[in-house]
Amino acid sequence: MTQQLLNGVFRGSIYALFALGYTLVFGILDILNLAHQAVFMLAAFVALALISALHLNLALASLLAVVAAGLIGVALERTAFRPLRGRADSRVSSLISSIAAATILESIALGVWGPDVTRFPLGVLPAPGQEVGIPSIQLVTIGVSIAMTALLTWMLQATRLGRQIRATAENPTAARVLGVNVDRAIAASFFISSALGGVGGVLFGLAFNASPDMGRSVQLKGLAVIVLGGMGSVPGAVLAGYALGLIEVFTVAQIGSSWSDAASFAVLFLVLLVRPRGLFGRSAARLA
Amino acid sequence: MRPMSSPSLAALFLSLAALAGPAQAADQVVKIGASLSMTGAAAVYGATQKNGITLAVEDVNRSGMLPGVKLEAVVEDDGSSKEQAISVYQRFINQYKVAAIIGPTLSTMATAADPIAQMQHVPVVAVSNTAPTGITDIGDYVWRVSLTEKQVIPGAMKTAQAKLGFKTAGVLYGNDDVFTKAGWDVMKATLEQLGIKVLGTQTFAKMDRDFNPQLTSLLGQKPDVLVISALAENAASIVPQARQLGWKGPILGGNGFNSPSFIKNAGPSAEGVLVGTSWNSASADPVNEKFKAAMAARGFTADQFAAQAYTGVLVIAEAIKQQGGKAGREDVKAGLAKVKDLPTPLGKFSFLPNRDGQHEPAVQIVKDGKFQILH
Repeated sequence: MTQQLLNGVFRGSIYALFALGYTLVFGILDILNLAHQAVFMLAAFVALALISALHLNLALASLLAVVAAGLIGVALERTAFRPLRGRADSRVSSLISSIAAATILESIALGVWGPDVTRFPLGVLPAPGQEVGIPSIQLVTIGVSIAMTALLTWMLQATRLGRQIRATAENPTAARVLGVNVDRAIAASFFISSALGGVGGVLFGLAFNASPDMGRSVQLKGLAVIVLGGMGSVPGAVLAGYALGLIEVFTVAQIGSSWSDAASFAVLFLVLLVRPRGLFGRSAARLA
Repeated sequence: MRPMSSPSLAALFLSLAALAGPAQAADQVVKIGASLSMTGAAAVYGATQKNGITLAVEDVNRSGMLPGVKLEAVVEDDGSSKEQAISVYQRFINQYKVAAIIGPTLSTMATAADPIAQMQHVPVVAVSNTAPTGITDIGDYVWRVSLTEKQVIPGAMKTAQAKLGFKTAGVLYGNDDVFTKAGWDVMKATLEQLGIKVLGTQTFAKMDRDFNPQLTSLLGQKPDVLVISALAENAASIVPQARQLGWKGPILGGNGFNSPSFIKNAGPSAEGVLVGTSWNSASADPVNEKFKAAMAARGFTADQFAAQAYTGVLVIAEAIKQQGGKAGREDVKAGLAKVKDLPTPLGKFSFLPNRDGQHEPAVQIVKDGKFQILH
């Protein structure tokens, strides 16, 4: 039972890390960045390449991979989103443009690393058997996700950049009037969003190996998480992430693995029925 | 010396031709087309199959098994694609006028191309298709050397149980894939037949990466053995995760595990994993010993796919022999039906009434990063 609890919180941590980045961009731009899963995947491959080709240690390689993910995010914003901003149909065109970006990034990964699953070199993580029972990567992932959530919350609440991001999310025009550099705030939130996705990707890759399609399995769950938590809400994304992870794992443990997806999407359905804006979502009146 | 007149030159050539003539005129060349995946997703299998076929053709021609008949293999690349397999078949049938076709490498291509051979009444010998249904069902011209999951898994499980004596099992299988689901159906029936109690059954989808919940649940029931039906990619994640959760017991995998990429990605966790196989590489049978020595002499790696391809050629040669050296398409088809207890690298080989192959399968265990036969 303890192990299953851990499995659930671990899975929830990955969902939360993924959804944090998703929800941050949605909160500020009202667009879904479907290329987020590709950044998630590339971060894992970058870390893998740094470790296997340059023999960097895990911590340094992970850090560089996360920064690289952030930079990919900024590049995405410049090429795939900023040119479309301000257009009449920018939400739909941004969505489509993000799908295109995801396809391009996935093709790059396919070209460089091939379609197969690639494993992190042995010895990067403690070999199985050395620590019986609880896989250490699970504990690391849980710790990192809590730390990242705390860091993001502090950054948004207490720093100047955080205030600028929140102001931009609230009303870009008003923020600009007040002297906020809106383009910079948006670029910064893309960097943070993608870096968070990168953290999730590296941890996911360490736990389950890297493959060009690894992001897709998390993408749909990440979407469910931000809908459940309330589009654009940071605490919502984290809590919904943990909730979804735990629901899935306990469905497997108690009812059977075939029901796992059914249970999580049934919960999503119920929440949408009872509380359409999600658990922590802003009310429709305020959005208008 | 005066120049030789042209009539005498012609006479010289005629007499030379007459000297060389008898041997050549009697040697009837019989072409066998081999449609193999030399490029694309299944390229790794195609290359070793070609080695097996090349060797078999030479062995048959040298052995004097078919007096007056010279086999010739025409190998073409199906590119691991249905469309290319179909065009290769058409070339074999209409251009090269082959007596029989070996291949194609994957079941998917077989379902697309074999119907063309069936329609034109050209015998096909499948050497690596393992889908339990839909291959020999195509028609009476389609024969198969490779064993299906249904034939390999029960034997493997029986042997493994005899060695390891397990009584209870935990089962994990992919329920969104025809191949892994079919593997599970066979496993379930065999477990029942052997009286092994299934303590828990869990499923997963191809896209899944995290199998910890399923495995924690299964391991909590303390089975003697883990039985898993998964594709190589999923298997390479499942096995390390099970080991990380503290599982030290045996793991019995389906045919999906039968890939070097599984060992590569699962690393040391793969040690001790048991998988059924069609080819007993450790068999001391003289035909197998000779096959392995000949492959090694050429610098080829002998594996299941090479052994099956070699057997494919041998089976066609035997069919021609059974028909008294006649090698028309109908002769080969009639001859194939008469193949019985033929000594091959796979063991004594016969066809079942439904044209699927039959021979003794074996069990291999991952040891020192390699598949080895479990004795």
